[in-house]
Amino acid sequence: MLLIHCPYCGPRPELEFRYGGEAHIVRAEDPSQKSDAEWADFLYFRTNPRGLHVERWRHVHGCARFFNAVRDTTSDFILTTYRIGEPKPDLEALAAKRGAQ
Amino acid sequence: MQKFSGLALLRQGLGGHLGWQPQWRNPEPKPAYDVVIVGAGGHGLATAYYLAKEHGIRNVAVLEKGWLGGGNTGRNTTIIRSNYLFDESAALYDHAVKLWEGLTQELNYNIMFSQRGVMMLAHTVHDVQVFKRHVHANRLNGVDNEWLTPEQAKEFCPPLNIAANMRYPILGAALQRRGGTARHDAVAWGYARAADAMGVDIIQNCEVKAIRRNAQGAVEALETSRGTIRAKKVGVVVAGSTSVVMGMAGVRMPLESYPLQALVSEPVKPVFPCVVMSNTIHAYISQSDKGELVIGAGTDAYTSYTQRGGLHITTHTLDAICELFPMFRRMRMLRNWGGIVDVTPDRSPIIGKTPVPGLYVNCGWGTGGFKATPGSGHVFAHTIAKDEPHPIAAPFNLDRFKAGYLIDEAAAAAVAH
Repeated sequence: MLLIHCPYCGPRPELEFRYGGEAHIVRAEDPSQKSDAEWADFLYFRTNPRGLHVERWRHVHGCARFFNAVRDTTSDFILTTYRIGEPKPDLEALAAKRGAQ
Repeated sequence: MQKFSGLALLRQGLGGHLGWQPQWRNPEPKPAYDVVIVGAGGHGLATAYYLAKEHGIRNVAVLEKGWLGGGNTGRNTTIIRSNYLFDESAALYDHAVKLWEGLTQELNYNIMFSQRGVMMLAHTVHDVQVFKRHVHANRLNGVDNEWLTPEQAKEFCPPLNIAANMRYPILGAALQRRGGTARHDAVAWGYARAADAMGVDIIQNCEVKAIRRNAQGAVEALETSRGTIRAKKVGVVVAGSTSVVMGMAGVRMPLESYPLQALVSEPVKPVFPCVVMSNTIHAYISQSDKGELVIGAGTDAYTSYTQRGGLHITTHTLDAICELFPMFRRMRMLRNWGGIVDVTPDRSPIIGKTPVPGLYVNCGWGTGGFKATPGSGHVFAHTIAKDEPHPIAAPFNLDRFKAGYLIDEAAAAAVAH
């Protein structure tokens, strides 16, 4: 079981959280102007990387707030978590820092 | 190819079993093939077999990063059924069940296909309504499925607990008698042996590193850990790794890869006559011919490529098993493991052409691909050979996500399959 660092509450067991899928998928500001292909990409197509994945989590049995995390999908190690609204971290820098540890 | 029979067994027995030959070759890759299949699991090997047998395309290679049948083919819980709700799904999965029924004879390989019946338990009024709808929809599609009362369910599967004071009481069950199990390793081995005999090269320990495309954008060659292999057509059948391999050709996929866990108990004498599934409380169980109880459930909660998963997921599954079958409460579990399944938004597979000419994909089987192995290979081979989808595979194209014609078995069953 993972120990996940909620940016609002601190480290808590995985059972308190719910996974929310890929992060930083932005809903279009002008939905009526989007093509079918763009809608399909927004709704269904995902990066699904083998390696660092930027994803949403929700501390559903705690503060109930969403936050984002960067996790290595080959080891499930969570490199960092950060609040919604903060920019996506530099993945290469994170990976280098992880490699140095 | 040595033909297997009772007589052959007797003859080999008299010779001290020294005359058996390897069941397939271990060839070096040739510089070029007409068709290269990436992934030597059941689906990939079946595709190669039907390409050679039904379409006469024998200059085929099947590339495998690890060993043959070592991915999800050897990790699933071997359940076979075709009681899907929608017409498109029923056609696809029942096509597979019909092929399963003659497969041992066709491949001359005992795949231990056993139509012992698959029973799906209903625990809520919603379950009852959904399953009855499935029963009616299946019958209209010519797929057998029948409704059982709790007493009939217990008669069919005596270990079942139908007490009224259960946490999730059993209100009935849907039974597909043609459903059952097969030995998953033997399916891969049988297809490999039969394909190899027709000239298909099965190349193990050969990882695809890159997909090379020509100036027109079409597939030209694969860069692998065993050198460059040119190919006129490439079929990608790599389950959980589909997003990664398709990414090499610049194709983005509507997939997420999740770990799916399974476990087996210590082997015991025959105690369990059929397959029982409970989608609502997340467990399914059958007994292998070796005697182990084979147990599985839904996927883990988050995407991952780790081929393991959380212990609390399997614990939850065993909670359900012990509630449904109190006689297993003191059974000891022997092993557990995980496989990586590629899940589509509508929980239906993707079979067909891609935006890249010469590149075909067969993926998205999620948690329920094993049951479809022969049908999947059969329709995918047709799709590759003719460069147009097999009529059964046509609705499962990649473009359905843009067109909106989803085959929403996820909503139909309300669980992962």
